[in-house]
Amino acid sequence: MAAFEETGPRNPVTESIRVDKVHPRARFMKNARAILVLILALIGLIPVVAMGLTAFKSRADVVAVPPKLAFEPTLEGFVFLLTERSQLSGSKLEEAKANADDLGLFGQIALRNGQRVNGPSDYVTRLWNSLIIAGGSTIISVVLGLFAAYAFSRFDIPGKDDLLFFILSTRMLPAVVVTIPLFLMFRQLGLFDTHLGMILLYTVFNLSLTVWLLKGFIDEIPREYEEAALVDGYTRFQAFYKIVLPQAATGIAATTVFSLIFAWNEYAFALMLTSNNARTAPPAIATMLGRGGIEWSAIAAGTLTFLIPVVIITFVLRRHLLRGVTFGAIRQ
Amino acid sequence: MSDVTLKHITKRFRDVTALKDVSFEIEDGEFFVLLGQTGAGKTTTLRVIAGLEQHDEGQLLFDGEAVDNLTPADRDVAFVFQQYSLYPTMSVYDNLAFPLRSPLRKTPEAEIRQRVQSAAEKLRINHLLDRKTAHLSGGEMQRVSIGRAIVREPRIYLMDEPLSNLDAKLREALRVELQHLQKTQGSTTLFVTHDQVEALTMADRIGVLDQGRLVQVGSPDDIYDRPATTFVAQLVGTPGINLLPATRQNGSLVVKDSSIQLLKQSGSDKVPNDFILGVRPEDVQPTPDGDFAGEIRLIEPLGVETILHIKSGQQSLLSIVTGMASWSIGAPVRFNIAGDRVHYFSNNGKRVS
Repeated sequence: MAAFEETGPRNPVTESIRVDKVHPRARFMKNARAILVLILALIGLIPVVAMGLTAFKSRADVVAVPPKLAFEPTLEGFVFLLTERSQLSGSKLEEAKANADDLGLFGQIALRNGQRVNGPSDYVTRLWNSLIIAGGSTIISVVLGLFAAYAFSRFDIPGKDDLLFFILSTRMLPAVVVTIPLFLMFRQLGLFDTHLGMILLYTVFNLSLTVWLLKGFIDEIPREYEEAALVDGYTRFQAFYKIVLPQAATGIAATTVFSLIFAWNEYAFALMLTSNNARTAPPAIATMLGRGGIEWSAIAAGTLTFLIPVVIITFVLRRHLLRGVTFGAIRQ
Repeated sequence: MSDVTLKHITKRFRDVTALKDVSFEIEDGEFFVLLGQTGAGKTTTLRVIAGLEQHDEGQLLFDGEAVDNLTPADRDVAFVFQQYSLYPTMSVYDNLAFPLRSPLRKTPEAEIRQRVQSAAEKLRINHLLDRKTAHLSGGEMQRVSIGRAIVREPRIYLMDEPLSNLDAKLREALRVELQHLQKTQGSTTLFVTHDQVEALTMADRIGVLDQGRLVQVGSPDDIYDRPATTFVAQLVGTPGINLLPATRQNGSLVVKDSSIQLLKQSGSDKVPNDFILGVRPEDVQPTPDGDFAGEIRLIEPLGVETILHIKSGQQSLLSIVTGMASWSIGAPVRFNIAGDRVHYFSNNGKRVS
């Protein structure tokens, strides 16, 4: 084995799970590729890192030129983001400073800028709205998509190809084009600025994606499994539930993440079709720009809190996302 | 166990007719083999019986009762797939228990355990019960797949080329096991294969399918010794039967373009003037004082026996002889044909007797 390791095999072995069998050149190439990917990933991460740093900077540090990499972190941005405050002056400020020990963490930070915390800001509600709307539409579109995809994959539906094309065609023009008609329809139907309206809208937009993605995954699962289950004494639905669903887990996870990200990040419709009650986080973050001076740290903090739920979901489902398609017991 | 009757079953897929008016009967406890080439409709027949395909015409009876409109679950058959189709997310134990856990049967867990154990013992897979199916070898997978069929007592076992994905050694071993299992359990089995050796060795009766039509049904003896058509004659037996164009001349049977001439045999009265003579290779025997002359073109030694390719006139014949005798290519040879064992077919391939 040792001698083998020194000289390597005559022809380069580029793929092997045995490290000692891999040719030195192939091993070098593999490392070089890994390094290249790492560099690209780091470049891609720069804006995220900049955002993360900005979220913890004080007002002065945010605008410092050149940008500071080392600074004293503060939660100022988060305080600005999450609270409604009022400016204190003169005697009231003195009074507040005297009683500073009674204040919470956020209150003390606000006080340093001469402000008093009056209550939570709208942003908390916006984030909550985002969670309900994105979550609701994702669940509905994945469940509906799963049934539709199964039917398209397994049954002989008349005009199947046309139907599939029709479903895909909803994605063929920029969604924003239909904003005005949608706005008018939503007004008429009383869906304007409601959670239900936004959930319906995102579900419709996501359905084409979920149907097509899931159909691909279900096509990969051989029919023999269900047929075996049918013969073994199960109904079509039981076979679907017991046999297809566990094998489609990977596909369902991937589809869930994709449609969640779309619904979570959607900006244009949220801006046009909501005003207060059902407004989601993305347009809310953007409007922060407007209120007397740009609060960069608050915006960065908002974006950061906005990213976290998606990151968590992606992280939880990563095992499914990475694991390949079924590693089944069917020999092709 | 049940007997199964197919009456005039026809199955079409769009514009392709997969089964044309297929009728046969499988008796209770019988091992029935459907033999045919790829695309002959063997698997379709199985799927129609299982209820995975709905036939367009005809009637399917289990024990004399029509089951045409029953779901696969209600037909209570067991299917062993060519591709094994073990549920990949489950362990071997759960795979075997799966049919018993069906809502239709509601077997208590204790009984499931006992039945799975006994099936696993029969197939010698009890050490694999905790494994995930993806980590099994081909032979083990097929054993589990057969196990999934025998844990319950279905009305009929349907086996779709269960041995064809295994290597030769394993196939032989499992073939013997399957036969033993079937005989000890007395189970009604419909076994589909394209392998004539499997068919001849295992079957009580064989049905030969050709392009969706049932050509002949009979015991292995019938199929081998009295093939109904040249197609059946060619399908069974290795090496294949010699089919030689021949004519009747003055009471003797003359093979065209060769020196082969058989005296008129009993039973050849109805043979037309132009016909096809079928001779099994084992009925062509070289002897120094043989009646016919030829030349050896090719030798295929197989150990126990040797296949000789003999050219006589313009016709070539296969002959099978025991042992590995020293023949040489190009040498002249004399041979005899067992005249009482030849087959007569009309020019359209039908047997004449």
